[in-house]
Amino acid sequence: MSESVTSKHRPSGLFARLRRRFGSIRLPLHDPLAVIGLCIYVFFILMAVFAPLIAPHDPNEILFTSEFALAADLTPGTDGYILGTTTLGRDIFSQIVWGARSALLIGLTAAFVVALIGSVVGIVAGYFGGWADTVLMRLADVAFGIPFLPFVIVLAAFLEPSIWNVVIAMALVLWRDTGRVIRSQTLTLRNRAYVEAARVAGSSDLKIILRHIAPNVLPLSFLYGSIAIGWAILTEASISFLGFGDPDSISWGYMLQDAFASQALSKGSYYWFVPPGFLIILIVSAGFFISRGYEQILFPKLDR
Amino acid sequence: MKAITVIGARLLQTAFVLLAVITILFFMFRLMPGSPLAAYIDPNFTPEQQAELMARFGLDQPLWRQYLIYLGNLLQGDLGESFFYRQPVAERVLALLPNTLILTFSSLILAYVFGVLAGAYLAWKRGSVVEQICVPLVLTTRAMPEFWLGMLLLAVFSFGMGWFPAGGTRPPGAEYDSLWALYSSADFWWHMTLPVMTLAIYSQGLPLLLMRSNMMDVMREDFVTMARIKGLSTFSVVIRHAARNALLPVMTSFAIAVGYQIQGNVVVETVFSWPGLGRELVRAVSTADYPLAQGAFLMIAVVVILMNLVADLLYAALDPRVTHE
Repeated sequence: MSESVTSKHRPSGLFARLRRRFGSIRLPLHDPLAVIGLCIYVFFILMAVFAPLIAPHDPNEILFTSEFALAADLTPGTDGYILGTTTLGRDIFSQIVWGARSALLIGLTAAFVVALIGSVVGIVAGYFGGWADTVLMRLADVAFGIPFLPFVIVLAAFLEPSIWNVVIAMALVLWRDTGRVIRSQTLTLRNRAYVEAARVAGSSDLKIILRHIAPNVLPLSFLYGSIAIGWAILTEASISFLGFGDPDSISWGYMLQDAFASQALSKGSYYWFVPPGFLIILIVSAGFFISRGYEQILFPKLDR
Repeated sequence: MKAITVIGARLLQTAFVLLAVITILFFMFRLMPGSPLAAYIDPNFTPEQQAELMARFGLDQPLWRQYLIYLGNLLQGDLGESFFYRQPVAERVLALLPNTLILTFSSLILAYVFGVLAGAYLAWKRGSVVEQICVPLVLTTRAMPEFWLGMLLLAVFSFGMGWFPAGGTRPPGAEYDSLWALYSSADFWWHMTLPVMTLAIYSQGLPLLLMRSNMMDVMREDFVTMARIKGLSTFSVVIRHAARNALLPVMTSFAIAVGYQIQGNVVVETVFSWPGLGRELVRAVSTADYPLAQGAFLMIAVVVILMNLVADLLYAALDPRVTHE
């Protein structure tokens, strides 16, 4: 009811309206660690977008030396290959650069899907309660009983090998954590005075959810989303490493599998298997750092 | 009386989850493309022989009846027969389970001892340079692909320095009279060092961060202030008063960690050719040995579900503030 009174003094226009509605979506710029995380993301996004310009070779191209021999297992710097070549004569640096594409693609889609499903499930269960709550939370119990990585392996074995298997598996199983947390957040929001007021004033459930509940659980969705990016990238790496990945796309996990199967460990080809792992760590921990930034927005007591 | 209803409700819930997971598992494997017997049937078999074989495995029955037969067999501890080993899956899976459990528990115990001590130390040193370097570092270990860490340790300490064997549980050709003889042999522990280190380095982050944040909460409570006022030494305050209370939630997280670790074992067992459930699952899935894959998956799921139950019950038992209204 105070809505109509104050709205006269508020700046109008689409942008201001959106800002008011979704003001809770903000980047955690107050936390130095989160800023580092965001910078890492910008770096990887640029790398993925400009991969064709940065990578000197096609990542699948079999290369030859100037003497027309297979450019196999060249050490970094030889013949201008920055990070050397694989046993089959492919440029490691180009594979690294192209790997950023699949990592980001999988990570961001999976995070979006997990956060979306988890938020919808959590809000519906928490807001409506009753049988909807019971059904959804028992489903979450079941999802908690499914071992995730084995599930992805079995799923990947009987679907066509594709990078989307990881996203599908995460959508089927990993919404559980987000769902539970958002449900309990919704439970506390549901009984707040302003939600009561909106209900008394005759707002529909949908309007209350979109206007009062959703904006307030969004930081939580972002928190779980930024963790899910890391989970997706790690899972994709594990699946590719175990040989259930997409053979047509170059990912860092695939590179590690290639290196492992080509005895790079016993040959001591650190230049081959250290960089992909290092980049995975970098991008996944960037997600963790950003999630800590959101945690501090949500739970300021962690600020010390 | 109330405790019994709580335990009863939890047990019922666990039984429901178990049944649901078994059902999902059954239909997932039945919906796989191709005949489930493709790996079993010799191309020279006549159609009559194939039909006979289908009948022997009950595959000529309607799906719902297959499902009931499957449930019935499960209740009798029958998980079917492995296509590859031509031996009962239950036997095979139970033989591998100890290897996986030993790996999981030794690495987690190591991780928890280290994590609890380091977490308490970092909480005590909060705001210091040490803490500001260590916390992001610990987050970084959580971001590592476990198998990559394993590869790194293998390359450095096995292939590079030659200190540790590259995989397996025993030297080539070594035979032991019993499982106990194997597990108590020095060779076994030597083979286990690198995989355990890999898993421990990955898992220490959880207890460490939990312990640290719990300690920081507890240190602010009245009884800790009281202890300080009484003039007790910092050591005594930190260890005898704060750490004890911060430890409870960390201990309940152990059960959850076992559940997570046993799923993650899949990759680490593969890197170190460790004959456990995880590696067997990967092999069974890639050779289309469906009964074995199903059995290994089920075994891992049972451990996960049981550990969730243990965590729930421990949580309720240890923390009197948790009520089940």
